[in-house]
Amino acid sequence: MKKPSNFKLKYIINYILVLALFIPTAIMGFTGSIKGSSALLLTQIAYSMVLAVSLNLVVGFLGELSLGHAGFMCVGAYIGCFCANYMHAVIPSKLAVLVISMLIGGISAAVFGLIIGLPCLRLKGDYLAIVTLAFGEIVRTVFMNQPVFGGALGLTTQKYGKLLYIIAFVMVLFTVFVSQNLMRSKHGRAIQSIRDNEIASRAMGVNVTYYKLIIFVISAFFAGVAGVIYGHNTTPVDYSFFSFNYSIEILVMVVLGGMGNISGSIISAAVLTFINVKLQTQLSGDLAALKQLIYALILIVMVMWNNAPALRGIREKVNIRSLIDFFTEKVLKKQETAPEGGIDPPASASWDKIPTKIPMDAILSTDITPDNPYEADAPKKEEKR
Amino acid sequence: MINTLINGLCLGGIFALIALGYTMVYGIAKMLNFAHGDIIMVGAYAILTTLSLTGLTVPAVVVAVVVCTLLGIVTEKVAYRPLRGASPLAVLITAIGVSYLLQSVAQLVYGTKSRSISIGNFGTVEFFGVSISVSSLITLGLCLVIMVGLTLFINKTRIGCAMLAVSEDRGAAQLMGINVNGIITLTFAIGSALAAFASMCYLMQIPSVTPTLGSMPGIKAFTAAVIGGIGSIPGAMIGGILLGVIEKLALSVPALAPYTTAIEFGLLIVILLVKPTGLLGKKTREKV
Amino acid sequence: MSEYILETKNLGISFGGLKAVQDVNLKIKKNELYGLIGPNGAGKTTVFNMLTGVYKPTTGSFMLDGEDITGKTPIDINKKGIARTFQNIRLFSNMSVIDNVLVGMGNRSSCNLFESIFRLPRYWSTEKELRAGARELLRVFGLDEERRTVASNLPYGKQRKLEIARALATNPKLLLLDEPAAGMNPQETAELTETIRFVRDNFDMTVLLIEHDMSLVSKLCDELTVLNFGTTLAHGKVEDVLNDPEVVRAYLGE
Repeated sequence: MKKPSNFKLKYIINYILVLALFIPTAIMGFTGSIKGSSALLLTQIAYSMVLAVSLNLVVGFLGELSLGHAGFMCVGAYIGCFCANYMHAVIPSKLAVLVISMLIGGISAAVFGLIIGLPCLRLKGDYLAIVTLAFGEIVRTVFMNQPVFGGALGLTTQKYGKLLYIIAFVMVLFTVFVSQNLMRSKHGRAIQSIRDNEIASRAMGVNVTYYKLIIFVISAFFAGVAGVIYGHNTTPVDYSFFSFNYSIEILVMVVLGGMGNISGSIISAAVLTFINVKLQTQLSGDLAALKQLIYALILIVMVMWNNAPALRGIREKVNIRSLIDFFTEKVLKKQETAPEGGIDPPASASWDKIPTKIPMDAILSTDITPDNPYEADAPKKEEKR
Repeated sequence: MINTLINGLCLGGIFALIALGYTMVYGIAKMLNFAHGDIIMVGAYAILTTLSLTGLTVPAVVVAVVVCTLLGIVTEKVAYRPLRGASPLAVLITAIGVSYLLQSVAQLVYGTKSRSISIGNFGTVEFFGVSISVSSLITLGLCLVIMVGLTLFINKTRIGCAMLAVSEDRGAAQLMGINVNGIITLTFAIGSALAAFASMCYLMQIPSVTPTLGSMPGIKAFTAAVIGGIGSIPGAMIGGILLGVIEKLALSVPALAPYTTAIEFGLLIVILLVKPTGLLGKKTREKV
Repeated sequence: MSEYILETKNLGISFGGLKAVQDVNLKIKKNELYGLIGPNGAGKTTVFNMLTGVYKPTTGSFMLDGEDITGKTPIDINKKGIARTFQNIRLFSNMSVIDNVLVGMGNRSSCNLFESIFRLPRYWSTEKELRAGARELLRVFGLDEERRTVASNLPYGKQRKLEIARALATNPKLLLLDEPAAGMNPQETAELTETIRFVRDNFDMTVLLIEHDMSLVSKLCDELTVLNFGTTLAHGKVEDVLNDPEVVRAYLGE
């Protein structure tokens, strides 16, 4: 049975973050005191959160750059909303139609996730990024040219009404539920181990192929769901929305929030979407360029801060954890009691404390070289004894 | 049909020029410079500005080459070198950031409207009853010259040899006393200079400048480089021309025309699946 | 069940016609501490790479506990019971110490994706078991205190220990250690010797060791095989091999 000490803040912080926005606005919605424009904004925030968290699964946890996230969203939006348009005639309950179309959108995007994931298994970082980008563009072009999906004018969808954002936020909670539970499990650990050292991961028996595919599929599923929400929030569903630029915007949310950090994705998605929409009313050409400039700087600065080897020393000293420790020390003035005299710690212990980080890579070695230019000759057939 | 092929050849020449820059940087510095297409855009604006100030073509091109080369060097030193040794993901995201940065700055300075430019009309030439524009000939000719020049440079000069060494094994090259940092900076400089020439040829055929000018051609040129075999100089040329021809062919068929982009990218995916090293690429052991 | 935990038959590999390793015949009994030594470039790590499925052997085969596992993937070979450490430490650098070990233990848990995501009872029970097992393993290696530390922040000696602990977490029959004492001072090496012996005794383990440190080898190993230029130069009991003039000449030159 769970001990009370298992109840740690970190397990529920993500839900708290979402609910902090959700509950007050839901109450306002039910009492009818919410404006139409605010409802639209809330829905946008909601699907942005879903997109950011799901992209984080691939980029932050698996460590691969997917530039086609908007493409999965596109698939979900078109297919899900297309089905919704037909279902409205048959199923009276709007809620049911919405939920079913979200499922359909998600699953169709997930199928595409599998299709694109399979070739990506054999590709390294740069190539994988380009392939996902290519995929996003292909999807967009294909959908744009189908008259059944509205062609160049886009797919018209039924406007949903104010309370769409409530369903959307429920979806956010579900996304957080799945992502968090996935990552805090043996599967999540396996996925992160692939990111950190794929060769060692294989050597420890991790089924790399399976996990890479699973992550692509799950991430695509949620992108598809987000697409359906978007489709019901905006009409017509316009192919030009799902551009490479939008994939980058989602990437900025993930990078800003912190790779592998679900809470960060939630917060940055909300903040960036909010700023984006509020500026939209005043977005002339110049402001759009300024926004792009700031996004670009965010990407560059965040990535350099988090990854540049030269900044490692500063990074270790200045981060959230150390700041918290610093405050707790100063504020609470914890006194550390020196150990009483007594036996000297064994000599070996002092050796352990010296952080020797000998860069073995600097020494030529015969270790596994992933870029071995020589192909091993194929196994010869055994001669029958 | 012949006209389509000729057009494809012309477009392919531009792709090839851009692809040469990509392939050089990827082959030696082992990184994908997402911002390469945008360096071309900067070059185009440099030509535009110089032309509007002086009205002379040759200085415009010279200015573009200088600006682009400097931009390439600065980008390498400021954005890419600090991340040497970090995960490839980080470098890739930074490159995207640089690309966006260049686009937004151009937009802030010049606005989003496209500016038309006239680099000079050289007219057309007749070959066996087929007319081909002189600018296309210049483009293709330039391509060939650069390709031959680069190949000679890499194979025959000491610096070129050093570049090869760095591309094979950076660590060993460093231990052999090669100034790896200098070589990589030089690579970016050459690649960016090539981008300036690419922008000149681009403007000869498509005389309008916008901030997003480099984006699509850049991605397509990368596709071309991969198809031809990334890291291979003749591969970049072949891939570029092939892609240009395919694009024009697809555009000429009404049923396929709207799917042109999809076809080009589809080709990229197919090549990466079937022969990841491209048509002429060196056979490197794919990581298991 | 076989007399030998590991038996290789004429194991060899060539790259582009160049025979990097040929005709390697190892016979390792259960609970043996077996050493694979030889000058740099002799092909020792290549042998490891073949045994763990990173390379497919060009010739020959090898059997684990009587079962032929030649040509299987690293994942399958690990499931069959071979685990390894690497010459350049390959820890999961951004993950905590205990998470590193938990990854190794992953195959012991039968909890599938659905059960994990929806936190069904099976998740809780298997997770508890895994954590208990991981902590026990860490305790044995003296790493339990730092179980929440990020792996890359550990001092070098402890990183090595963690790598061994992680390999053991996969519950192998045979443990391959690739130059575990590389970069260690005499103090750390002595500790490592104790650790390896401890592992052999308490985990009922068989260990195949690549090493350059001759004092470690002579203290620890029961039998040795010496590789030079990809072929076996000598094999047998430690004293015999180390006194073999051929072996001395290979290491020290004429």
